[in-house]
Amino acid sequence: MTRDQRLRPSRLGPSDVLRVGAAGLRARPTRVILSALGIAIGIATMVAVIGISSSSREQLLRQLDRLGTNLLTVSPGRTLFGEQAELPAIALDMVKRIGPIHTASATGTADTGVRRTDRIPEAVTGGISVQAATTELLTTLEGRVAKGTWLNAATERQAAVVLGSEAATRLGITRVGVRVWMGGRWFTVIGILEPMPLAPEIERSALVGFPVAEKLLGFGGHPTTIYERSREEAVEAVRAVLPRTVNPENPNEVEVSRPSDALAARAAAASAFTNLLLGLGAVALLVGGVGVANTMVISVLERRREIGLRRSLGATRGQVRIQFLAESLLLSALGGLVGSVLGALATTAYALSRDWPPVVPSWAFGGASAATLVIGTIAGIYPAMRAARLSPTVALAAQ
Amino acid sequence: MNAPYVVALHAVTKVYAGQVHALRGVDLTVAGGELLAIVGPSGSGKSTMLHMIGTLDRPTSGTVRIDGYDIAELSDRELSALRGRTLGFVFQQFHLAPGVSALDNVAEGLLYTGIPRRERRERAAAALERVGLGHRLAHRPHQLSGGEQQRVAVARAVAGDPPLLLADEPTGNLDSGAGAEVLGVLRDLHASGTTIAIITHDVEIADWCPRQVRVRDGRIVADHGDGAGRPAEITKGTGSGPPAEITEEARPDGRTEITTKGGRA
Ligand SMILES: Nc1ncnc2c1ncn2[C@@H]1O[C@H](COP(=O)(O)OP(=O)(O)OP(=O)(O)O)[C@@H](O)[C@H]1O
Ligand SMILES: [Mg+2]
Repeated sequence: MTRDQRLRPSRLGPSDVLRVGAAGLRARPTRVILSALGIAIGIATMVAVIGISSSSREQLLRQLDRLGTNLLTVSPGRTLFGEQAELPAIALDMVKRIGPIHTASATGTADTGVRRTDRIPEAVTGGISVQAATTELLTTLEGRVAKGTWLNAATERQAAVVLGSEAATRLGITRVGVRVWMGGRWFTVIGILEPMPLAPEIERSALVGFPVAEKLLGFGGHPTTIYERSREEAVEAVRAVLPRTVNPENPNEVEVSRPSDALAARAAAASAFTNLLLGLGAVALLVGGVGVANTMVISVLERRREIGLRRSLGATRGQVRIQFLAESLLLSALGGLVGSVLGALATTAYALSRDWPPVVPSWAFGGASAATLVIGTIAGIYPAMRAARLSPTVALAAQ
Repeated sequence: MNAPYVVALHAVTKVYAGQVHALRGVDLTVAGGELLAIVGPSGSGKSTMLHMIGTLDRPTSGTVRIDGYDIAELSDRELSALRGRTLGFVFQQFHLAPGVSALDNVAEGLLYTGIPRRERRERAAAALERVGLGHRLAHRPHQLSGGEQQRVAVARAVAGDPPLLLADEPTGNLDSGAGAEVLGVLRDLHASGTTIAIITHDVEIADWCPRQVRVRDGRIVADHGDGAGRPAEITKGTGSGPPAEITEEARPDGRTEITTKGGRA
């Protein structure tokens, strides 16, 4: 007569588990909203931090795409004796002979400064270097003129200067036609350049033609940087032959670099600040989890009579446990959902305000769901066990 | 086949922590279809006895058989299943979920029986109809009178047609009129074959039942009447009188055979 088949408790279907869990939450809306808020803040912080850093990375990658990765720069390294080496004066012509290269140009640093007037002492350079530039430079760098014009065959021989964007800002010059004091005489500003993310040193330069630099600024004619672009697939090959081409005698005194590498590295690296913010989000999440656990413990205490009633109606310990676990999970999931939405909104708002493409990677939402699930489970286990362990008579007798 | 008795207690004792002897050797059998009152003064062990019969707690010693199952041999899961299928409970405090309609409160009583939700609600509606609340399905507890709330609780207890209904002071929180309403519902359920045990300290309600089991100090001191008989008529009290006025003439046939006495080895 014992262990009859009839005495097997029936299973609670998933929809019933959800419904019972949700009913428990619906009975106490204020408390539910407040404790879900803790989770929401944590999740929102983390999603927003991930989203904003992803958007910034996406911005960099898109910029990289636009700027191209086929630009190489050649500059003098050090001699065997540790002195600053020089590039040969004919280096640019040699570079132009390399087959896959379709554009190359050079700059050379002139040993002088640029000032608004002759009354500012010479020592004050404002961090702006004066450079001789070949007329092809703008093409090689795929740069653009914001105001005025670029150097041409005529102006490269005249006392004319084009300012990099940063140089113009530092000099406080916003229009062409004004004059600046360089190498003991006046030069007329004929153009101001747009920013050049791949060549920040050009942004900080005052550029004049090679001929005028040699004639008026005491420039020796040795280029200090050569810029070149080749076909994308030939970049590595070009890179390999550049040192020998530029300086056949001392190829090891030549440095070749790829400016886009720096941008790419920046895109790849998560900043320490991002990690700090992620940590803060994790702490908020933890606090939120403690809040959920607290809410659940109180809920179990307050609902002992309900638990006793359910036991008298035939609920097993497992079914009581599942009910409170479901409640905790739902509570946490509610917070996670709200937090994900808030995080995505914050990302979008911030990205749009900076003209970035708003990007929240799907793994961030996946991670948010997983974190929510884990927190809901951990926060719910203890209260659910307590509820399940309660003896039916004690539960029913509770006040 | 089931054993002939729905309830069979043999030499049941219950000792609570602190050496409180709530039951001191109880023998009691209840056959299918009986309506009995377990009556006694406060602290005599009535509720403890109901917890034993209801499998909500286990005895310190002795055997408890419900619907033929020796509950000592059942696991917690099996006990839960037994409660879900065989037993219905009505408590003094109605234990209704606030803010939930009468229909859903009753349907929740069938949650652990494996019946699909739609059918649970259909059966709940039928049960509410049975207790005369067919017109109150959507009402929430605070919109119902005390008597109506207790009838909802009765509907929840009987929605799954359990063979045994246990009621612990079902009219304890009700005035006489509302108490009479609830007793009327219990009488109808009994008439349709449900075995019902009512716990009460109210002698008049006890006398209304065809069988009375009197408890004192954890022992059964008297057991009168034939539980299969019909209960007395109920007349609604006028408000100042006792919970339910019991009329003498409709008392059961008067067989006062005492079948069990507590406290004997
Ligand atoms: N959980 C418990 N722990 C300790 N003692 C208990 C417990 N439950 C009941 N008792 C004691 O057991 C005795 C019987 O209690 P029980 O609740 O069965 O009485 P009762 O007849 O239902 O009384 P009432 O009419 O007041 O409800 C009482 O002395 C009570 O104090
Ligand atoms: Mg009692």
